[in-house]
Amino acid sequence: MTVKTLSELLECNCIAGHGGLERPVTGGYIGDFLSWVMGRAEENSAWITVMGNINAVAVALLADVSCIILCDSAPLDEDARLRAEENDIPVLTSSQTAFALALSLGRALGRC
Amino acid sequence: MSNKSSVEPITQQYVIPGTDFTRAGEASSKVKTILKRLGYDPDAIRRVAIAMYEGEINMVIHAHGGTAKVEIFPDRVEIALCDQGPGISDVSKAMEEGYSTAPDEVRALGFGAGMGLPNMKKCSDDMRVHSIIGKGTDVYMTIRVRGTGN
Repeated sequence: MTVKTLSELLECNCIAGHGGLERPVTGGYIGDFLSWVMGRAEENSAWITVMGNINAVAVALLADVSCIILCDSAPLDEDARLRAEENDIPVLTSSQTAFALALSLGRALGRC
Repeated sequence: MSNKSSVEPITQQYVIPGTDFTRAGEASSKVKTILKRLGYDPDAIRRVAIAMYEGEINMVIHAHGGTAKVEIFPDRVEIALCDQGPGISDVSKAMEEGYSTAPDEVRALGFGAGMGLPNMKKCSDDMRVHSIIGKGTDVYMTIRVRGTGN
């Protein structure tokens, strides 16, 4: 599944990094502490978080997650948006909770 | 020391600026780009990127920056991170998951979970930490390219 397809299924808005929408999504991870994400998230995970700062984008880039999903309408900082654009890291937003998004992601991936 | 060290590495050196979280990760990103261009194994690239970024962040949080030297060999990447910060009083404690001395404002940015050094160790095939209180800390990491038969 691509990030684009996932974004449509989860009814998210893509607010940055449109160039990465064709990246594959094979799993998911939820967390706000950046080192936990780097240590535990698998490559090509959709990363659900409230952390919309520039460091989150750096983590997404370095840890090869496929996209950032900002849950609970968490905001994205402007410098983070620019970094995501530069590096084609898709940032999706949703008003849903992390739990609701994870359920939908799990269904979309056939895991539940 | 392996005789493979006789191969001339590609060497990169970076200055990690202190207290600037917005620039942390620039050196790691550059190394990642170089390794990708050279066609290294994606798993090795990811481990190098994560290990080095954690090191960068540690130097920004605790040591007002430092230097990073990266040597790229055909079968491995060696990273030396050196700072002149306060040093680590108990290295074995700092290696424990969840142990952190990071201040609250750093935690608000998403760091300071006490996973930095453990992540660096997890990503490395070999890691050594030399720290002297009041003088600084040097971290040496070797990340091997798996599947090369080396």
